[in-house]
Amino acid sequence: MWAAISKNTLALSKLIIRLDRIRIPLWLIGIVFFTIMVPIAFDDMYSSQKERDVMAETMENPAMTAMVGPGNLENYTIGAMTSHQMLLLTAVIVGLMSILLVTRHTRATEEDGRIEMIRSLPVGRLANVNATLLVLVVINILLALISGLGLYALGIESMDLEGSLLYGATLGATGIVFTGITAIFAQLSESSRGATGFSIAILLIAYLVRAIGDVSNETLSWFSPLGWVSQTEAYSTNNWWPVGLMIGVSIILFILANYLNAIRDLGAGFFPSKPGKKHASIFLKSPIGLALRLQRTGMIAWAIGLFILGISYGSVFGDLESFFEGNDVLEQLLAEKEGYSLTEQFIPMLMIVLSLLATVPPLMAMLKLKGEEGKNRLEHLFARAVSRNKMMGSYLIIAIINGFMMLSLTAIGLFAAANAVMDESFNFGMIYGAAMVYYPAMLVMIGLAVFLIGVLPKVTSFIWAYLTYSFLVLYLGGLFDFPEWVGKLSPFGYIPQLPVEEMQWLPLVILTVIAFVLMIVGMVGYNKRDIDG
Amino acid sequence: MSILKTTNLTKRFGKFTALDGVNIEVNEGEVYGFIGPNGAGKSTTIRVLLGILKATEGTAEIFGKDAWSDAVEIHKRLAYVPGDVNLWPNLTGGEVIDLFVKLRGGNNKNRREELIKKFDLDPTKKCRTYSKGNRQKVALVAAFSSDADLYILDEPTSGLDPLMEQVFQECVIEAKQAGKSVLLSSHILSEVERLCDQVGIIRQGKIIETGSLAEMRHLTRTNLLVETKQPIISIHELKGVHDVVQKDKAISFQVDTEELDTVMKHVTQFGVVKLESAPPTLEDLFMRHYEDNDSDVRRGS
Ligand SMILES: Nc1ncnc2c1ncn2[C@@H]1O[C@H](COP(=O)(O)OP(=O)(O)OP(=O)(O)O)[C@@H](O)[C@H]1O
Ligand SMILES: [Mg+2]
Repeated sequence: MWAAISKNTLALSKLIIRLDRIRIPLWLIGIVFFTIMVPIAFDDMYSSQKERDVMAETMENPAMTAMVGPGNLENYTIGAMTSHQMLLLTAVIVGLMSILLVTRHTRATEEDGRIEMIRSLPVGRLANVNATLLVLVVINILLALISGLGLYALGIESMDLEGSLLYGATLGATGIVFTGITAIFAQLSESSRGATGFSIAILLIAYLVRAIGDVSNETLSWFSPLGWVSQTEAYSTNNWWPVGLMIGVSIILFILANYLNAIRDLGAGFFPSKPGKKHASIFLKSPIGLALRLQRTGMIAWAIGLFILGISYGSVFGDLESFFEGNDVLEQLLAEKEGYSLTEQFIPMLMIVLSLLATVPPLMAMLKLKGEEGKNRLEHLFARAVSRNKMMGSYLIIAIINGFMMLSLTAIGLFAAANAVMDESFNFGMIYGAAMVYYPAMLVMIGLAVFLIGVLPKVTSFIWAYLTYSFLVLYLGGLFDFPEWVGKLSPFGYIPQLPVEEMQWLPLVILTVIAFVLMIVGMVGYNKRDIDG
Repeated sequence: MSILKTTNLTKRFGKFTALDGVNIEVNEGEVYGFIGPNGAGKSTTIRVLLGILKATEGTAEIFGKDAWSDAVEIHKRLAYVPGDVNLWPNLTGGEVIDLFVKLRGGNNKNRREELIKKFDLDPTKKCRTYSKGNRQKVALVAAFSSDADLYILDEPTSGLDPLMEQVFQECVIEAKQAGKSVLLSSHILSEVERLCDQVGIIRQGKIIETGSLAEMRHLTRTNLLVETKQPIISIHELKGVHDVVQKDKAISFQVDTEELDTVMKHVTQFGVVKLESAPPTLEDLFMRHYEDNDSDVRRGS
């Protein structure tokens, strides 16, 4: 029985590897490179224990705990520092990799009708899902081994073999857990967008649950697989059991995914899909209405997600405030800048993260234009009397408004939560301003997306690499003391860090001008190039 | 011997009944034409037969085995071509053909080359760049280069040009001569007329007519064109006469096959000068079934 329903699993695994022979190595190299570079940089910058202890002091506050999780701050070696500051973040990236790869080879290829062809061959009913699981498990084991051995090979004193292997194993195990979670959503949801969306939502929720748990209530962190990541305490106590726990949970998830796949029809899901409307509303009958309708659900989900993220970050301020009150040493260390409280000094750091995340949905809204072209659906519209300017303009307007709303929502969420938990609350204008200064940088990113779609359509996904770059250099830049120009390669690097820095209008105006130039050039290019379908 | 058989096959998607007691049977060496209007349930039946959808009620058997639980065994001797061929954008046509052939387990290199040449396919191109017809050719080459005993073809020629359509028909005829069976769903009636021994018509999930083409014609009308010495009178009043049209001296009309004898006796009284009779075209036959008129629907056997 099992032999029959899993027949040709290995052959399909080979096919998946063949299809992704570039994508998989890119993910692996990227993550391993990132993992290994960080301790090298740490070793260089914080070479004495004294410097590291200072670092430990600055890390010892609820805002940082919410962001990176708990760590061994008493004995802050290079190893402890690496696993404290990097392990959770890297685990999230590994989770994301697993989510994207699993959906791609399960629901997405089923949705595109390729599984129908495969299933007409002597291939077992469960072969495809298990081939995907198999490939992902192998990728994650490879990732665990390469990064573990790579870290050990650095020869840094505090980074012993066991800790290094555990560090790698934690990353791999997180990847395997999210492989399982995505495999289940690939069965439940009828569309690949749904499967990816739900899985990423779980990833974010797992991150937030452990953020709240780590700050206020440890038991809560137990409910999040990302909470287990910090529990391994690689390079300190070296707990292996969370890895075991993750593997155990993964096995259950894999079995459940198999079961769900076995009892459903090809093409069907379990989430109910209700019949749609018989007629298009007047709104839907314009390109902008159609563009909006196509991404409505995703946009609402992002709006809710970012609002919750704002709330989560905001809720940390209460703890932060009381923490600073009782800590004289810290107060001296982070000497208060004129007119600003210590808590306010954390705002710019949060704003960078929030604004970069809030840039994702407007970019997705813009790139949807390219996605529709790739699926040959634009030709239906261009074949009717829709000009290219109107088409691109519709998506652009949506992206511009979308970005504005996403940024506003995070600021409002942050303010609302901070206001509720703090004794001395913030001024709303200050928080909102600190968020909105990033809008011009966001516009540049949207402009660049327009430019890429119009002029260099083959490399539109470059925008994601650029956003990731911005994230890494600005978020981590503070930790690593990068030279200034590294941050200035991103539009986000020119934004005044309100409220701590002075407001400067000039860079904002220049960024806005650049954004509009990019948009215009992109539009002109779009009018001139071939449409692929 | 029966190769493929469904008994009382029913498939519901939620509350919607897509198949409602479908009975079809394909015998060895037979080409079975499966026709019906859009949304009638042809592809759904085929997907159940492929073990991709699970029947709600009834049974679907191929080679005497259950289509759902023995799918893998069955598929070793079966080849399928869908109407919408979706392939991996970054594999070449040649790679896809090899993949399919390898997954099935056969290996017939000569046949593959011969078919690629016959279908005039460039196997070195990436699937992303293929036109619809070319993607279909990839699936057809993969199907016919394998050593299957049953071919299930769901509108396999919807994107082919007339020349390629010809090549396809040759492939089906060859398969038939080699004693293989074919289930062919198609909207191209001339194709069905040329290739199929048996035809089943499905509408709204029910088989409303099955049988050989000859039998089906028998059940329907014959077109007659008659010229007589004296004008024919009261032809309208006869039972089973339809669509009477006066053409110069002649008169053309259709007669229900069962009334042909009576009508001919009537006509001969007027001194027949010229008589042309034509079987109903397949179009005539099917239009009656496709039209949404329940009084015309006959329950299938
Ligand atoms: N997964 C599904 N969920 C709900 N309804 C479905 C599903 N698949 C098919 N149907 C419905 O079942 C009916 C039969 O569809 P099917 O694809 O079998 O038609 P068909 O005869 O192949 O039509 P065509 O000639 O257009 O290919 C249609 O009304 C269709 O909408
Ligand atoms: Mg169909």
